[in-house]
Amino acid sequence: MSTHVLSLLVEDKPGLLTRVAGLFARRGFNIESLAVGKTEVPGLSRITVVVDVEDLPLEQVTKQLNKLVNVVKIVELEPAQSVQREHMLVKVKVDNATRSQILEAATLFRARVVDVTTDALVVEVTGDSSKCQALLRLLEPYGIKEIAQSGLLAIGRGGKSISERVLKA
Amino acid sequence: MTITPRPAPPRSAEPPVLTGSGAVLKSLELLGVEDVFGLPGGAIIPFYDELMQQSAIRHILVRHEQGAGHAAEGYAAATGRVGVCIATSGPGATNLVTAIADAYMDSVPMVAITGQVFSHLMGTDAFQEADITGITMPITKHSFQVKRAADVPAAIQAAFHVASSGRPGPVLVDITKDAQQESAPFVWPDRVDLPGYRPVTKAHGKQITAAAQLLAASQRPLLYVGGGVIRAKASAELREFAEATGAPVVTTLMARGAFPDSHPQHLGMPGMHGSVPAVLAFQECDLIVALGARFDDRVTGKVAEFAPGAKVVHVDVDPAEISKIRAADVPIVGDVRDVLSDLSIAFQELAASDRPDLTDWWERLQGLQERFPLGFSEPTDGKLSPQHVISRIGELTGPEGVYAAGVGQHQMWAAQFIKYERPNAWLNSGGAGTMGYAVPAAMGAKVAEPERVVWAIDGDGCFQMTNQELATCALNDIPIKVAVINNSSLGMVRQWQNLFYEGRYSFTDLETGDDARMIPDFVKLGEAYGCLSIRVTKPEEIDPAIALALETNDRPVVIDFIVSKDSMVWPMVPQGVSNSFVQYAKDHSPVWEEE
Repeated sequence: MSTHVLSLLVEDKPGLLTRVAGLFARRGFNIESLAVGKTEVPGLSRITVVVDVEDLPLEQVTKQLNKLVNVVKIVELEPAQSVQREHMLVKVKVDNATRSQILEAATLFRARVVDVTTDALVVEVTGDSSKCQALLRLLEPYGIKEIAQSGLLAIGRGGKSISERVLKA
Repeated sequence: MTITPRPAPPRSAEPPVLTGSGAVLKSLELLGVEDVFGLPGGAIIPFYDELMQQSAIRHILVRHEQGAGHAAEGYAAATGRVGVCIATSGPGATNLVTAIADAYMDSVPMVAITGQVFSHLMGTDAFQEADITGITMPITKHSFQVKRAADVPAAIQAAFHVASSGRPGPVLVDITKDAQQESAPFVWPDRVDLPGYRPVTKAHGKQITAAAQLLAASQRPLLYVGGGVIRAKASAELREFAEATGAPVVTTLMARGAFPDSHPQHLGMPGMHGSVPAVLAFQECDLIVALGARFDDRVTGKVAEFAPGAKVVHVDVDPAEISKIRAADVPIVGDVRDVLSDLSIAFQELAASDRPDLTDWWERLQGLQERFPLGFSEPTDGKLSPQHVISRIGELTGPEGVYAAGVGQHQMWAAQFIKYERPNAWLNSGGAGTMGYAVPAAMGAKVAEPERVVWAIDGDGCFQMTNQELATCALNDIPIKVAVINNSSLGMVRQWQNLFYEGRYSFTDLETGDDARMIPDFVKLGEAYGCLSIRVTKPEEIDPAIALALETNDRPVVIDFIVSKDSMVWPMVPQGVSNSFVQYAKDHSPVWEEE
């Protein structure tokens, strides 16, 4: 299997997410992560999906997604031609002995501490998948109490925008 | 396939104010809808209240919503126009599900309109509430949830556009009761606004040239014609193309009639119960030109061993069908009718100088046709031969008739033994395999084309699933003719039990035959529904019964043909096996011949 990042420009209609998610389930494709949000165009949303499939089934996924009436455009974002980020919140167990070590680790990762109590810290980190995983590995020995992680967000590099040609047509 | 909406009403200063229900009716009228099939219920009473006060649209009151769905399918399949079915919320809507799934599998242009509970009650498990848009998401081309009267015209317009353009399919419009009751200015949009929906119909010129080159170089080409040719109304273009190339043609179960059976280039139907020449032509050809066909498993047999020596040109309006099952060497996305015209021109330009010689190929195929003609042997139990009965129905009715079949043995025999000369004459449930399709589909076809003779060729199992629509037919002057091919069993399952389960007939005996308890008695049943009802048990009674059915047009006809339960559908490619091992049996106790 190989991971692919798909960016979908979709009409913001009720049930849209069900249509997209249902299609993946129905055709037997695994979603690794999913992120949805509004775009610069009113009425259009953007879904970033990470799928784990070989190239040929990927073509089938893309074609099937394109058949959804509310899906306006799909692009695959290659890692080299795009910026890809995950966002993660990690609650780590701390005591007086470990607090400073964890703070130091967070600093090295350019992560931020966003909540502090006597027995726990919440660390916020943004980055690509490997960076987030590396931080997790580092924090693990201290005791991770909870993780909240966003789906991957991705945007193409350079001046073009995904919605450009869509709106002209 | 496109719909041509009538011109919008002139924009006077103020658009008229209509209720949501009135807006549905006005929209249907503007779209040219003349007939709809449905059954009212609580959540759609406001619509029905206005429906009875107008005369532009004829409503046929069915006895079960599934009947409305299949009737809309039959209507669409016989004419190419969008079929419309209407149901209330909850169970009314879920009763449409089978027909919607069927229309999805067979790309039937259909719009289903359902009532929904009041918008403020949605999500509360209200009486007769069901999330029908959610339930039907996997089996509709698209769906609309309408909660405001003002949104009705655009939703109905878009629904018809989506259902009938590109690869046709079913579209659901679910309208809440409050949206039906409220009033709003009726504004008919100038154009359908669906930024994510732009079907490609004109193919790429480069691909056309590439396909023509492959065809001009091919020694053993095969035109693999699917249901898309019928949906695209491309039969005339197909014939021209086929005759220009001289290539053999096979028509799938969904495409019977797309190319005349009487044409010398026609090898018949391919697939699990296809003719031996059609099945083996795939295995031996060097080029498949797939036209609106989708390499269904019932056609390919074991995919890995399907057409091992063939390159593939795949023409389809749905890009997702291309290379889904079998990789295409030349993919062509486009309307098959336009593509065929373009291909004919491109091929003739190439072939003007150097025409491929297909003599050897035709010699081989004609040899197969002579050795393995379609045939059957008479049963030995004294019962009628189902194949003979069905052949006679076709011969006495002729190619202008419409033939709707259920699903099973009788469906295969009707596909094999009736000679189809024109598209839209053969209606059946191909992809979904929905038992019970025949009677309501025939009803829909007869409503669409009252001047044609319409047969439902049904099995005794299928007939018991939807025969309640005979009441609809009798009361609404829809004189269809039903031939029940009564072998007293779920025949196709019984055939598999015989061949693959050592004759263990688990729950396939229906006891409808004349040597069983005969429950129900189809003649009495037909009579109860006001139909002319005839039982036929002897060969000499077959023709007179069909003749009487053909001259009876004041009520529906039911003929109960008591046929042998031992008759089997041949030839056969067993499931999951290569087409190369098609088995041909002339005898009803099979003679297994290896090719």
